Amino acid sequence: MLSVKRITKVFNPGTVIENIVLKDLSLSLEAGDFVTLIGGNGSGKSTLLNCIAGVYPVEAGAIIIDGVDVTKFREPKRAAILGRVFQEPMLGTASNMGIEENLALALRRGQRRGLKWGISNKEREKYRELLTTLELGLENRLSTKVGLLSGGQRQALTLLMATLKEPKLLLLDEHTAALDPKTAQKVLEMSDLIVREHDLTTLMVTHNMRDAIQYGNRLIMMHEGRIILDIRGEEKKNLAVEDLLRRFGNASGEEFVDSDALLA
Amino acid sequence: MTIGVYITYRILNIADLTVEGSITTGAAIAAVSITHGINPYLSVLFALFGGMAAGLITALLHVKLKIPALLSGILTMIALYSVNLRIMGKSNIPLLRVNTVYTVMENLGLSRQTAVMILGLIVVLGFVGILYWFFGTEIGCAIRATGNNPQMVRAQGINTNTMISIGLIISNGLVAVSGALIAQYQSFADIQMGIGSIVIGLASVIIGEVLFGKRSFFSRLVGLALGAITYRIIITLVLQLGMSPNDLKLFTAITVAVALSLPVFRSYLIPIKASTTRESSNAQRKKNNKGV
Repeated sequence: MLSVKRITKVFNPGTVIENIVLKDLSLSLEAGDFVTLIGGNGSGKSTLLNCIAGVYPVEAGAIIIDGVDVTKFREPKRAAILGRVFQEPMLGTASNMGIEENLALALRRGQRRGLKWGISNKEREKYRELLTTLELGLENRLSTKVGLLSGGQRQALTLLMATLKEPKLLLLDEHTAALDPKTAQKVLEMSDLIVREHDLTTLMVTHNMRDAIQYGNRLIMMHEGRIILDIRGEEKKNLAVEDLLRRFGNASGEEFVDSDALLA
Repeated sequence: MTIGVYITYRILNIADLTVEGSITTGAAIAAVSITHGINPYLSVLFALFGGMAAGLITALLHVKLKIPALLSGILTMIALYSVNLRIMGKSNIPLLRVNTVYTVMENLGLSRQTAVMILGLIVVLGFVGILYWFFGTEIGCAIRATGNNPQMVRAQGINTNTMISIGLIISNGLVAVSGALIAQYQSFADIQMGIGSIVIGLASVIIGEVLFGKRSFFSRLVGLALGAITYRIIITLVLQLGMSPNDLKLFTAITVAVALSLPVFRSYLIPIKASTTRESSNAQRKKNNKGV
């Protein structure tokens, strides 16, 4: 479904602060894969996601989604086949607009927008049903401005928006990191449910090792712009945090330093 | 004009200085057309296109050449000064004893004042209606979201550059139309008439929002029109109270500065009250947010 072929991403090339974030990185996802991506700060995991989404162009390599080479596509064009949820709850939704208006924007992702009315009554019913499944009481507040919602509610809504028009690939960029632990857990479970229900190919960046082990069918660890671990299937199911730390040490030759990940 | 400024300032989140030039462009095009014997209504249409072209220039400078929005507007504004002089051929065109959009109505037996009022009302209602419809459409929603959160909008597959351009084009078209109407009302077009128009526009936007609320989009649009009228009334009042017309622009600038900084003053002057209201609104929010 997704094939990343030997991509390199350099920030500020040719200057003293030149920073090679991704080095000749390759990655391939089968249809239906739910991959958790873990790594310390600055390992390049968010950059990888942003390169796939087209936020940054890559210096070398190719990105192929569902057989289409999207390397040269700009962000809005790629968005037609991608669903994204960001770390910061404010980023995924338009806060001055209503819940239904946000959903309507998402429903038309990748379509030509014309002079038709922005929301139809038929859609409204659909939104109401979908929001009911979130069990957050949002179904009766369709016209409420999103700015009035809590972080967790906004992330749940963004998740719904990202999957409203079924994406070829769902990119979750630490989408629970800014939430309190209880809410984070709830949003994660919600994500897992939606991913499995639609059998979505998913790439989820997380800081939390336990979550990385618990969710998905495959775990990838990054370090200094490279993939250093790729664990799947049965092996992943039986993984413990201690194993992961040990294997990180063996693969990178360093201690894993990320207090957040250890404490979590 | 207020509505034009509103589109860029509030919806797109850009203070677009192009309007200082495009209002004169509208007036210049209308004045030249009329003195050449072209139908005054048609001249307003020409002015609309002229203004839209100006907006397009600013849009290109901003989204294609990546010049900051404020500077793009200033560049177009300065360039338009020369362009407007070229259009007019001289710095002032009188519109006396020629047919204007108002004289057409006066010929029907209406007084000048009534003609101006009726036509103004029709134009304002017409634009409020059209814009209310437009910003409710798919493209309109996308434009509103662009001013609000461009990153999210790109993630939804919308080209933010296109949306900003459309917004700038519409806004400057509207401003040029008002320029054309003003020129015909005051019976001349002058190269200087655009100076300070952005501030007047902003003053009207803010007065409209403060006095008439910002609940729904429709009430906002109506509020803008009323805000512009209120601004005019205030100006007339202070002039009658004996303020020199020369000080008018200073007065307007101070008014806008004060209005824009009100939130800051409020938090300085009543910190305790401000924090309690915030807490209570948080409590309210928590009450509304079941579960997550």
